[in-house]
Amino acid sequence: MMTPLDFASMPDFGLTWLQASGPDCDIVLSTRVRIARNLQGYPFSGRAKPTDRTAILTTVREVLDRTSPVTEAVYVEIDRLEPRERQLLLERHLVSRELLGRESGDPPSFAALVNSAQEPVGLMINEEDHLRLQSLTSGFSPHETWRFVDTLDEELGSQLPYAFHHEFGHLTSCPTNCGTGLRASVLIHLPGLVLTKEINKVLQGISQVGLTFRGLYGEGSEVVGNLFQVSNQTTLGKSEEDLIDHLQKIVGQVIEYERQARAVLVRDAPSVIEDKVWRAYGLLRHARALGFDEMMNLLSGVRLGLSLKLLPALSVYVLNRIMIFAQNAHLEQAVAGALSGSELDIQRANYVRSALAEAEAIDR
Amino acid sequence: MLCDNCGKNEAEVHLTQIVDNEMTTVHLCPSCAADKGLDTGSTKNLPLTDFLAQMGQAALAEEEREVAGPCSYCHTTVDDFRRTGRLGCPHCYSVYESQLRAILRRIHGSTYHLGKVYVPPASEAADRAARLAGLRRKLQRAIEAEDFERAAVIRDQIRELEATIDA
Ligand SMILES: [Zn+2]
Ligand SMILES: [Zn+2]
Repeated sequence: MMTPLDFASMPDFGLTWLQASGPDCDIVLSTRVRIARNLQGYPFSGRAKPTDRTAILTTVREVLDRTSPVTEAVYVEIDRLEPRERQLLLERHLVSRELLGRESGDPPSFAALVNSAQEPVGLMINEEDHLRLQSLTSGFSPHETWRFVDTLDEELGSQLPYAFHHEFGHLTSCPTNCGTGLRASVLIHLPGLVLTKEINKVLQGISQVGLTFRGLYGEGSEVVGNLFQVSNQTTLGKSEEDLIDHLQKIVGQVIEYERQARAVLVRDAPSVIEDKVWRAYGLLRHARALGFDEMMNLLSGVRLGLSLKLLPALSVYVLNRIMIFAQNAHLEQAVAGALSGSELDIQRANYVRSALAEAEAIDR
Repeated sequence: MLCDNCGKNEAEVHLTQIVDNEMTTVHLCPSCAADKGLDTGSTKNLPLTDFLAQMGQAALAEEEREVAGPCSYCHTTVDDFRRTGRLGCPHCYSVYESQLRAILRRIHGSTYHLGKVYVPPASEAADRAARLAGLRRKLQRAIEAEDFERAAVIRDQIRELEATIDA
């Protein structure tokens, strides 16, 4: 059964990954795994005509109805959404920019998002590739997240004829994705390494071992709030398990370095760190206008304070929620109207103040 | 905005740092960012562009042009591929096989898929799926051409085929 997406009745759609429940969730916000698949007999999305796109969508939908774990799922076609609702999906990291099409201009037809109601797994249809199977989970759990995607892939692959080459593996629109089609990434918070000025060494190190890093919103986006997305660079020539193992191992090391850096900070400059954390908290708790980048940098300080147990009154979950719900489209959604730049900053400060006040009240 | 480091080029890389206990954002031009070992994955610096440029040059050789493409299924040419970085269809991988092998080796360090071996659906089911897909395309075309008589016939064929799947 496919339930249509309705933000009014599902305000937390797709946000289970915020719950801060997984391993190392004080440092790793989320783990994402996606694989690219294309159907045999159709051109790739860049060359697909509307008749191809609708045939792909129909064929896949039919199979989904008898495929666990998506027999119960939330389903939405992108062009059925209001522009702001499309931005909500993007701000929740549930869809790619590619799926939404250009910001000006009409949204693409027959592009869809499916999210299982039972498990943190789903797929995008008619994205850059016909199918992008994806799973997004809380904390640092590459293997578990991969298994969600793998299971769905086995189910779909036994019913849909994928484009597969004996040598090159799964064929994708862009050759950078072919083979396994797998991209695993973790969203990781590294203030300790930034403060101790070790970050560039670490980033250089990971890029020498086949991993790459980006900002919060993926390719080309800037690094804000000390949040880095680390992912595998290559998809061909290694098994899925090896790619996942490698990410697990290297990011595991980065987490270890980050913990060491934090220990050094607490040892060498405890009062400076404590002051920084409480200043960040004070600003978030009382400011009357907050830019997004400013908020993210302050959240970084508070997140660090939580991890170091300097701030007793909060949970990582509260910070994760603020990070999502204090983004522009979410703020506009809350007031059901468009907001100018300065109005957004005021609304953002309002939202953060009340979210923190609520958390304090619960703590008491 | 100009680069904080050289003050000459336009800043395109923005890195949040904490310096002297102050959180600041450093704005760098791509070349200064590269000097600092930072590559934020800006598409301008994608190594793929270089591979594709090289491939395009190789393809300028007359005999190469004759051998490779355009793809007989989707008509993607070497120039299309070079411009967009995208292939047009699965068949393109056969058409441009030798060039792609070189590109894949440089991107991934290998050309051999070592992941899960994909076993296509049981051929009967796959045939049916393919036939259904073909019929749906025909139906769409008939509707677009406002040939409703033909559309009705195709729709019946689809129903028949779907019934055999449900059974
Ligand atoms: Zn510069
Ligand atoms: Zn082709």
